[in-house]
Amino acid sequence: MIELEGLTKRYGEKVAVNNLSFTVRPGIITGFLGPNGAGKSTTMRMVLGLDRPTSGDVRIDGKHYDQLKDPLTYIGALLEAKAWHGGRSAYNHLLCLAQSNGIPASRVREVLDTVGLTAVARKKTKGFSLGMGQRLGIAGALLGDPRMLMFDEPVNGLDPEGIHWIRNLMKTLAAQGRTVFVSSHLMSEMALTADHLVVIGQGRLLADTSMAEFIAENSRSYVRIRTPQREQLLDALQGAGIKVAEPGAEALEVDGDIAQAVGELAARHQIVLHELSPQRASLEEAFMQLTAESVEYHAHDGQPPGAAPGQQQPGQPPQQPWGSDWKRG
Amino acid sequence: MAAAQVVRSEWTKIRSVASTVWTLGLAVVVTIALGMLISALSKSQFDDMSREDRFTFDPTFISFAGTSLGQLAMIVFGVLVVGNEYSSGMIRNSLAAVPRRGAFLAGKIMVATALALVVSMITSFAAFFLGQAMLGDLKASIGDPGVLRAVIGGGLYMTLIAMFSMGVAAMLRSPMLSLGILMPFFFLISNILGSVPATEKVGRFLPDQAGSRIMQVVTPLDDDVPYGPWGGLGIMALWVVAALVGGYAVLKRRDA
Repeated sequence: MIELEGLTKRYGEKVAVNNLSFTVRPGIITGFLGPNGAGKSTTMRMVLGLDRPTSGDVRIDGKHYDQLKDPLTYIGALLEAKAWHGGRSAYNHLLCLAQSNGIPASRVREVLDTVGLTAVARKKTKGFSLGMGQRLGIAGALLGDPRMLMFDEPVNGLDPEGIHWIRNLMKTLAAQGRTVFVSSHLMSEMALTADHLVVIGQGRLLADTSMAEFIAENSRSYVRIRTPQREQLLDALQGAGIKVAEPGAEALEVDGDIAQAVGELAARHQIVLHELSPQRASLEEAFMQLTAESVEYHAHDGQPPGAAPGQQQPGQPPQQPWGSDWKRG
Repeated sequence: MAAAQVVRSEWTKIRSVASTVWTLGLAVVVTIALGMLISALSKSQFDDMSREDRFTFDPTFISFAGTSLGQLAMIVFGVLVVGNEYSSGMIRNSLAAVPRRGAFLAGKIMVATALALVVSMITSFAAFFLGQAMLGDLKASIGDPGVLRAVIGGGLYMTLIAMFSMGVAAMLRSPMLSLGILMPFFFLISNILGSVPATEKVGRFLPDQAGSRIMQVVTPLDDDVPYGPWGGLGIMALWVVAALVGGYAVLKRRDA
């Protein structure tokens, strides 16, 4: 179990992580979602005691990270690709980590086998591809057979096969009862893997909910209709008590999963349809809306609490709304 | 034991990168070869020297002439041992594995220092005996007064240079920046400060100038240096302590 309590990190004036409190529980995959620069990596570095929080607290099974004896046997982390010396072989890289935590060398061979790097174990890591690098990083995380695992953007830059492998690995680890905490900036990825979702934007908590709940709340289904007999169809829909969501648009949209009913209605009224398609708003859109909304709210509400003074000086161009950055990333 | 685990881990790190072999190898070869060359040149030109120079001729110190260049390889060794952690990003893996930063740094410096000490001692004795072999009838004997002290001191000097570099690299957290400061400092600035009369008295308290005093057996005629061989090495050791304490303070305070 990983517990964050009021975790805050400031770099000078900039607040990277703002009063984060949530708990990562065992036995499930907890997705940590946020746009690039939302503070995910900073949060994960604070969990490992690499960055010191400005205020607040992180505890691993009730202890601070530096109180853990042989920490790799409690929590394993994939932080970022290529956090190792390129001139060292994969085997020696893992061996030096293992020795520092009293893990036997036989375990090094085991994890190399698990991630499929046995054949290149004696090769220098600087020749490794991005995918091999991710695998080596994951081998390092698995080294101490820890109860908790933390992966920072594990699928970044991987090919479909590698992505599939990591998804399955995380599911297996969670099914074994371990705590799995994985960050991503892709909602679609989280929808496929995570059981629980923690969303942050600009360093602050936006949502802490189960994945199923998030999907139920945020995925709107509707039917899109095109017709040359627009007015007749509008009348017919009104007569049947079906509300049109966007009556002004070129294509009509009606809420609900009711393509069949609309089609039959049109047939009864002998209306020609050019399109009749069931649609589902993507979770990606829901996520973007969530992160964008958080900022609009603060923009109307004056300065966000805890923001450093001088962040919005008069004369400066207004800050870009949240989410606009996200599309580029 | 936790400390033993860190030492074992750091030994694996240091023996598994090529830079360890080539920096230490270069230090050995350059120090010995240059010492032999200058010893041979000194012998051939001994008769052309002034009376005073012949009177204060120090065959032991001459055989250590290669140290001035060989120490640069030692500096690179010390800088890379610590600095590579930062330039490669390995530091984050290392500190996640050993979150007690003092234990991490102490283990790393202990292992690197032990290795540097062994290599430096071998180098120092080899430089002395091979240098004396070049000097023919001018040679000093290891049993002469002060000579054994100078030879052992030569090994300690090289070791302390490496330790000082480790401390500086831990403070600056970048191998390129550390080398960019240490190399010109030891190769040029220290020498210039030491030979300009106005700065001479300050220059002799710099780590390399104070420390190299231990390799002298014959004192120059107009010598007014206010410390002896061990005093000089002590001054150098103080520099090393200061650099390591500074490195520890930075590691302790900064985010990795």
